[in-house]
Amino acid sequence: MDSFLEDYEEAPAVVVGGKRRRRRRRRSPATQAALQPLLHLPFLPPQPVSSNEHKSNFKKSKEACLSYIQDALLQKQWKRAAEFLTCYVESLEKDYSREHIGPSEMIWRIGTEILWHHSQSRMKEFSCFMEQMKTLGVKRYLKVCLEHVFHLLCNGQIDEAYQNLSLAESWRFGEQTAIQDKEIKLIQAYRGLLDYCSWSKQKKILLEHGEDGFADLAVEQEMHSYFRKAAVNLKEIIKIPGVWDVFVKCYVDILHDIVPSHELMIDFNTMLQKSKKRKKRQLGLEVIFAALDYAGWKENAKAWSCLARQVKQIVISEKHLDWIKQEWSSRKDWWPDFHFSRYLAKRNWQENKSLSHEKALVAGILLGKDCKYFKYVSHQGCKAQLKRFRMLKKFVTRHNPVYLRISGPPDCSVQR
Amino acid sequence: MDEEDTRDFNERCAQCSEVNWGLTDGGRFYCRSCHNVTERTREVVNTDFITNSRVQTISKGSKKQEKNDGGCEWYICEGFQLVLKKQVEALEALGVCPQMKDEILCNFWRCYLQKSKQAYCKRPAGETVKTLSVCESSTDVDSDPERPSLLHLLSLSESEGDLQTDCSFASSVSKVSESTSVYSGSVDGSLYLMKNQKEKLRMTMPMTLSFCYLALLWVREPITLSELLRFVVEGHIPYMNVFQHFPEKMKLCGLDLKIFCVESWPEYKEVFNKMHELAAFLDLPRFPDITESCFLHPDMLCMKYLMEANLPDELHNWTCRVVKKIGIGEVDFLTLTPGNKSTRKVKYDVLAAAVIVVVLKLLFLLDDHYEWLLSEFAEERNKNNTEGGPYFEFKKWYEVVKHSLDVEQKKLDEEKAKYLWRCEKPLFYSVKNKSKVLKRRQMVVNLQNQFGKLSGSVQRAEKPNPSSFQLSWSEENTDGSCFHGHSLKGVLQEKCGLLTVMNPDYWLCTVKLCNEKLCGHLAHYREVEFPQSYHFVLGLFSFLLRIQPSYIHDEVCMIEHRLFNKKLCKKLKYNTVLRKMKRPKTSSIKPI
Repeated sequence: MDSFLEDYEEAPAVVVGGKRRRRRRRRSPATQAALQPLLHLPFLPPQPVSSNEHKSNFKKSKEACLSYIQDALLQKQWKRAAEFLTCYVESLEKDYSREHIGPSEMIWRIGTEILWHHSQSRMKEFSCFMEQMKTLGVKRYLKVCLEHVFHLLCNGQIDEAYQNLSLAESWRFGEQTAIQDKEIKLIQAYRGLLDYCSWSKQKKILLEHGEDGFADLAVEQEMHSYFRKAAVNLKEIIKIPGVWDVFVKCYVDILHDIVPSHELMIDFNTMLQKSKKRKKRQLGLEVIFAALDYAGWKENAKAWSCLARQVKQIVISEKHLDWIKQEWSSRKDWWPDFHFSRYLAKRNWQENKSLSHEKALVAGILLGKDCKYFKYVSHQGCKAQLKRFRMLKKFVTRHNPVYLRISGPPDCSVQR
Repeated sequence: MDEEDTRDFNERCAQCSEVNWGLTDGGRFYCRSCHNVTERTREVVNTDFITNSRVQTISKGSKKQEKNDGGCEWYICEGFQLVLKKQVEALEALGVCPQMKDEILCNFWRCYLQKSKQAYCKRPAGETVKTLSVCESSTDVDSDPERPSLLHLLSLSESEGDLQTDCSFASSVSKVSESTSVYSGSVDGSLYLMKNQKEKLRMTMPMTLSFCYLALLWVREPITLSELLRFVVEGHIPYMNVFQHFPEKMKLCGLDLKIFCVESWPEYKEVFNKMHELAAFLDLPRFPDITESCFLHPDMLCMKYLMEANLPDELHNWTCRVVKKIGIGEVDFLTLTPGNKSTRKVKYDVLAAAVIVVVLKLLFLLDDHYEWLLSEFAEERNKNNTEGGPYFEFKKWYEVVKHSLDVEQKKLDEEKAKYLWRCEKPLFYSVKNKSKVLKRRQMVVNLQNQFGKLSGSVQRAEKPNPSSFQLSWSEENTDGSCFHGHSLKGVLQEKCGLLTVMNPDYWLCTVKLCNEKLCGHLAHYREVEFPQSYHFVLGLFSFLLRIQPSYIHDEVCMIEHRLFNKKLCKKLKYNTVLRKMKRPKTSSIKPI
């Protein structure tokens, strides 16, 4: 019996009585690691205390309560979470707002989760709860509003969401309005988004009803008002640096419909060209063609380079020539005179060689190498011994047959 | 009646110059000749808030004023008196003898009031309240350098300071002008907090429990301090929000909250120490003897705890022997003699638990090896055991008890997390933040309703009936989960006609005891340094008594040192090594 006991070495702490020196045991690495402060995830409070903790008081009791709520949430036990939250809410009466995340914020976030997921919870109760949360903290007011709006949108209640957004937008509270600037911008952005939704709905109605006349006017007016509201908000948003893709798309969509010649179209086209989705790239082509329909863009080298790039790419890949065909079919009657006249060729060459280069490429592809514009520019370019023009000539010559496919059945009026 | 009341008032009437006064219903003087009503009011001695006749003379030195909100003047000690009254009534409801209230506790209380000069003496401390009463002095608080600033007063407290930060009005102290209600609802709230604690043993909420326990000890009621505190936590004895039972007229606000609103459960050590301080302060004589038939005697308490811990009754023999050997069953050791500094302050419940732990160590060694071996041995013997009761197997006992303990501990932890600290009565520090407090309270109630509905069918458990036993084991259970009747023969051996333990060894919890006066402990307990079985056993009693394991560990060390005193003196060294004690054959414990 002794032998196994001899191996057993356990050293209780000993204090040398007389001299008050204390021999500390050197801590093992394991113990040391255990003594490091625990890693806290941003939202989670520290670990729960055992019931043997020294002082049993309000603060510790609520911390323990919070960790029970946490566990319940993670395990999706909504009833249990609600039960503990009922006990936690009284810490509102001791909300000093000194901690990083105070009780009111905790209650807001936890309550939202529970009410959203609990089977017996209704949207009405949810809204009621959010209204209460809005009164709890001025500094969070707009955030709470936004979250409320998000939830309403997820639930399909667009109108309520819109109302809340308008209400929130008109909120003023001294300094806080300036401090919560970002939230206001977001609110405006989302309002703009909802306006856009309404606008597109109206547009759809308009298109569906066709030429109804009287009914159209009212709808059209409404549409325009939505457009105005949306445009204002969305424009503001885009000015702020940030990732605004959704909003930009909506904005541009509106503008594309109403103001196709808007300067954003170029960027839009660029954006769309890069997209991996075919539809988007097609849309890009559409957009740039539409933009160049307008006199304002006639001399814009960038616009032409966009078009040239896309056309070139399509021709090289030999895919989607039908896109060009589609766009060209409505334009082949007037574009040649509008953009590709001999006079313009001379002028472009004199004033802006890059412009003429891009235009020549487009002309060459669309009208063939024998068209006036291309012939003049490439001739001039080769005479001037500019490399890129030589390459241009080679390219167009090589792909000459394409224009036939694009132009459709040969029409003697086209060829000059 | 008018004659009497207006006798003192001898001024001439402003209108008719006569001295013929009467009193209106509102207490104002009016001239009976010309019916001119003056602004002078009669000083009214308002006695109807004195709820019991025990307090007969609390001298009120300062001028009385009826406050606008219908409140009255009240002193902190009156508040405490109400608290004590409520507590002792609750104890009576639990079955304590009625003499405790009327004869013992109230006498203790009167004695305390007298000794601390709050009442029953010639010049009560209430007189000095005048100088601090704001209504009479300057309007600007900050201008008086001697008056303690409010922030200073707020910081003077042993509480954690939760209430301190609650004071939103503390920042606006400079704007305070002449209303007394900002400081405290009571007359002497600020004075109370300012008093030098050590001089006069200032009354606190935990101290009310010390009073109760002192009285219980005097009548030798079968309630230990740990039980008393457990009843408090379970809500059978008012403590946490007892101020909500104060009469309407006693308005509680400002610094009163700091005194009466506690935000932590009373701690055993604090209540215990205060109790002894109090006993000395009151100059009490030696308490009634605690003899072997008394509930608080270690033999009795050990029996109770053995039952509750589901241990065999046979262990009781062993505990009695240990008690006898180290002399902790002596009347002089157990009885409280206030003021006698040489006698050790006895924690009856902790002591009994520690004795059981020591006995378990004697029989089973509890070093994470031996007890399991013994258990297997007993199991073997049990297979062949046909007559009599089964032999006690440590392993089985451990499994059963651990399971129950875990369940109960989990329940307790959840209860603690779910505890609702606030009560219906709103608390506000000043009239200014009253509306804010009420609004918040309303919101809290709304949220509680809303989420309460979503809690499903889970109802808040009714307050459990007060019970002396937290774990109960029935012998009628056929699943063998009750070990009371089990025999220890499985772990004993026969030697020279005597039954002795098979275990020849023992390990001390500590080689040398700490100096309690220096660091407050006899030893320092760290879970990692001791065997798991020992930790489990400590944990079991720690749960039953609702105290820290380290308290029990301290007592265990003390008992061991008494038990092995002679051996220790010989072999004491300054190294930190586990000592293996060979028990000399002569001191083997004999069976009956």
